[in-house]
Amino acid sequence: MNRWEEKPLLKLEHLTMRFGGLVAVNDLSFSAGEGDITALIGPNGAGKTTVFNCITGFYKPTEGRIALRHGEAKVWDELDAATARPDRRMVRAGAGLYLLERMPDFEVSAHAKVARTFQNIRLFSGMTVLENLLVAQHNALMTASGFTVLGLLGLPAYRKAEKASIEKAKYWLDRIDLMDRADDPAGDLPYGAQRRLEIARAMCTEPVLLCLDEPAAGLNPRESADLNALLLGIREKDGTSILLIEHDMSVVMEISDHVVVLDYGTKISDGKPDFVRNDPKVIAAYLGVSDEEVEAVEAEVLS
Amino acid sequence: MANETQTGGRSVDIGHAAKDALLAGLIALGLFGVFIGLQTVQDISNRLVLKVRPEALAVIVGIIVVGRFLLNVFVWGREPSHKAAVASPSGGLLGMFKRLCFLVGVVVTLVAVVDIGFRLAGGALPNMPISPPGTMGLGSIILIEAVAALFGVVLIAFGQNMTERAAALLGPAGIGFLAAFPIIAILGAGWGGSLKWIDNFGIQILIYVMLGWGLNIVVGLAGLLDLGYVAFYAVGAYSYALLAKEFGLSFWILLPLAGILSAFWGIILGFPVLRLRGDYLAIVTLAFGEIIRMVLVNWVDFSGGYAGISGIPRPTLFGIPFNATDEGFAARFGLEFSPIYRTIFLYYLILCLALLTAFVTVRMRRMPVGRAWEALREDEIACRSLGINTTNTKLTAFALGAMFGGFAGSFFSARQGFISPESFTFIESAQILAIVVLGGMGSLYGVVIAAVVLVGGFEIMRELDFLKQIFGNDFDPALYRGLIFGASMVVIMLWKPRGLISTRTPTAFLKERKTVSGDLVKEGHG
Amino acid sequence: MEVFLQQLINGITLGSIYGLIAIGYTMVFGIIGMVNFAHGDVFMVSAFIAMITFLLIGALVGSVPVVIAIVLMLVVAMVLTSLWNWTIERVAYRPLRGSFRLAPLISAIGVSIFLSNFVQVTQGPRNKPVPGMLNDVIILVESPTYNVAISYKQIMIMVVTAILLAAFWYLVQKTSLGRAQRACEQDRKMASLLGIDVDRTISITFVMGAALAAVAGVMYMVYYGVVSFSDGFNPGVKAFTAAVLGGIGSLPGAVVGGLLIGLIEVFWSAYFTIDYKDVAAFSILAITLIFMPQGLLGKPEVEKV
Repeated sequence: MNRWEEKPLLKLEHLTMRFGGLVAVNDLSFSAGEGDITALIGPNGAGKTTVFNCITGFYKPTEGRIALRHGEAKVWDELDAATARPDRRMVRAGAGLYLLERMPDFEVSAHAKVARTFQNIRLFSGMTVLENLLVAQHNALMTASGFTVLGLLGLPAYRKAEKASIEKAKYWLDRIDLMDRADDPAGDLPYGAQRRLEIARAMCTEPVLLCLDEPAAGLNPRESADLNALLLGIREKDGTSILLIEHDMSVVMEISDHVVVLDYGTKISDGKPDFVRNDPKVIAAYLGVSDEEVEAVEAEVLS
Repeated sequence: MANETQTGGRSVDIGHAAKDALLAGLIALGLFGVFIGLQTVQDISNRLVLKVRPEALAVIVGIIVVGRFLLNVFVWGREPSHKAAVASPSGGLLGMFKRLCFLVGVVVTLVAVVDIGFRLAGGALPNMPISPPGTMGLGSIILIEAVAALFGVVLIAFGQNMTERAAALLGPAGIGFLAAFPIIAILGAGWGGSLKWIDNFGIQILIYVMLGWGLNIVVGLAGLLDLGYVAFYAVGAYSYALLAKEFGLSFWILLPLAGILSAFWGIILGFPVLRLRGDYLAIVTLAFGEIIRMVLVNWVDFSGGYAGISGIPRPTLFGIPFNATDEGFAARFGLEFSPIYRTIFLYYLILCLALLTAFVTVRMRRMPVGRAWEALREDEIACRSLGINTTNTKLTAFALGAMFGGFAGSFFSARQGFISPESFTFIESAQILAIVVLGGMGSLYGVVIAAVVLVGGFEIMRELDFLKQIFGNDFDPALYRGLIFGASMVVIMLWKPRGLISTRTPTAFLKERKTVSGDLVKEGHG
Repeated sequence: MEVFLQQLINGITLGSIYGLIAIGYTMVFGIIGMVNFAHGDVFMVSAFIAMITFLLIGALVGSVPVVIAIVLMLVVAMVLTSLWNWTIERVAYRPLRGSFRLAPLISAIGVSIFLSNFVQVTQGPRNKPVPGMLNDVIILVESPTYNVAISYKQIMIMVVTAILLAAFWYLVQKTSLGRAQRACEQDRKMASLLGIDVDRTISITFVMGAALAAVAGVMYMVYYGVVSFSDGFNPGVKAFTAAVLGGIGSLPGAVVGGLLIGLIEVFWSAYFTIDYKDVAAFSILAITLIFMPQGLLGKPEVEKV
């Protein structure tokens, strides 16, 4: 049994998103497993980024449920009960369920611990690399500063928290190899470094699920390989599961454990990389083969 | 060879320049012909009649034609393309102007400082070019020179692309100067004369510095465009005036109360509108500012309408009033009564309030919420993806800015003793906003420089009586204040769209604090 | 009922003037995304140009038929106001295009302050009364208590506004100029790559906005018979409110919004209290923006993530 079926972290059920008359995502269901790197792929305009925006709360889906689990997997049994209640989340000792489609965007990150990056990098380019990483620790620091009041008075508890936040930033600077550039404005970094910084910034929110929108776009092969190492490291060392949108098949096939393929807002394939790679529907979607031909190919493969 | 082509190019330029200058003259004639060439005046029977002013029109058009021609030949002519020079006012002209500013600034500052030194040391340089002939007292001269030195520093800042850090070196010196200003003024202009300097320049500029610093939190740091900031100034002023008159509460109780009330209004007004994007937010805040003013105008029972509120109690030094009675400040301390004590007291009061604003701003920038403000200014969506509650973050900025506006307002009403809606018009908001934007968004020093230039410049216009000798007696320099104010806003924006100090200082660093160029600072939503 | 009819007529007249100004706001916002804060003062300048032209005609020619005087005023005001707005765009806004977001706005506020002070300095701070024109009225409904009347100048304002709007509509919808404008609205860079002179198109937009504001200025001067240097701010903000209410960027929206604001103001004054009529207009602006930021006829905006 696959891990995403056995120990799912995120479950999308019957997700539909319409913009006016346009159906961007149509009745999409899939799961992402805990500790997996799940790739969401598909041709341009397939609705991948829309799915991301629904998961991270930037769009409110027209229909469907998006649920995320913290802690023990047993808690999934209570999903329907949690949905029946009007609450956005159900938390008890050692476990929690979050109904992401009910949460506004910032709560998805703050409470459900889902972090994301953007297709067109969104760094705070006039702030330094270090500051970018500190902004990401906003909520933790807010609590430590007693919602600014204690911090203004300069109490030691806040100083300690601030020191810890800088240590954490240093840890990530080391991981993404940008220690030397910590005090430079983020906008001055080369493109590849900006991509890495955006990932590190997302990781500073201590997510359980990291959503990456085309992290390898615009990277050269060497940077791409570094990225693979970084992502695998995040999964191993930090125990964060990853959901990514990617066009670069070398990245997808090399690092992902699970691939979901979208075309015109509908799921056309779902499985291990090897399975998806050989799925005639996927090949057809990418190469632009008509439906009859797909059926023909399918018949051939099956026979 | 190269010389020849250049000459060839220049000779072509002159024909072109002449044509261009004539065209500019024609446009000027079209623009100004109606307004300057003709004047509408009412005759005895109160009917409008036209008066013709051909000389004035000719002078203005002449200046434009000649000026344009000279600029074409000597300044823009050197640019590869004339059009490019118009499209981007950078490069040669700007560089030259900056160098000039820097030079003039250095000379003015040096001469002024050296001369002050000499004069204080007893003698005076025999033939100082800037010392006016004998009628003026030693003190006034020193005072004028001190102001000149300040302007010199401003010019240096202009010329030098001054960074926030370079300006920071001036910080302690500036605070020292501000703390010593009343003493300098008294030494300079004597008991009687110094009143004007401390009041019109010192207090007036500091009120605007404080308002600028308050609005800077909203506009400069959080990037929320607020065109109705004066509303909170008004809330503070009316809170103090009404509560002090009705309940006889003391200034020291009402000052924080006025701030809290303003912050409360900030939250009430801010809550529904803060999710709007930039320009819309600007217009809604403008609308709120106008609504509050109109309510003050029309709700006569509450606010006295146009007539305003007079006889507002003056602040006391912890219970000691500044008046001529036996209980008064002067009598208690065995001094002869003089209105100057109150003015000096007010000066230090507003100085402390302004410094409090600056202190809180500096501390807040290093707090998580302050960093979130700046992050919000750059990219709201990224902030939300990091779990920052943007509405609350904006509200804190809005409320904090409003609170300092309220403090300034209650100070204003305590200082004036009289307030009316006239003091809280849109133009006031525009002026405060101009100080923030011209100073450089987010820069505390920039705000000070802009306030000195705009408000100080405004006040200086009153003093320029010698212009009457040039333009005749019915020339009133004060009339031209608005004209020059508006034009200089445009000019400074064209010159430095990001304000005088456009760099930002990081709030945290590992090895060294490097300033960030303003060009990198994005502006997202907000 | 009679009062209602009379106020309807007054409201439409006022609304026509607001609508004409609002178009200038909406077009400029549509094409360069900037709130042209000085537009209200450009309107005020045009009213002064009209007033001076009127006096000039009187001084040079003596008495001429009112219709000819108004046509002359319209022509002169439209030409000179366009020249003003063209120059303003050229000097104060164009160099700031693509610069820091707040810079053009601050520059526009500067222009606004400059214009009102310029007129104050050159023409004096007092209100300028103009002899009334077209004051005759047609009585529409006669009743013992209240006569509903429409004056010739109200008819003129409505007719001129309607004709100009039709002509303008044709210009924007059917000509290549209008196409260029809409292209620049969508994507300025792409439009310039396709050979559209973007600078020229934007200039023309400012000229068109000014011409319509000039029409409004002439109408305002004729309607109220008095102008003052400070007359730019209030109608300017009201017209901007109208543009927002109608949906900023939408031309029909500007007209509809203008009419609505005119009607609301007039009815509020008639049925409630004249003191708070501006408060009513501003409250509507705030409420519209909060609950319906796209306005009545504007396109909803999807946040790009």
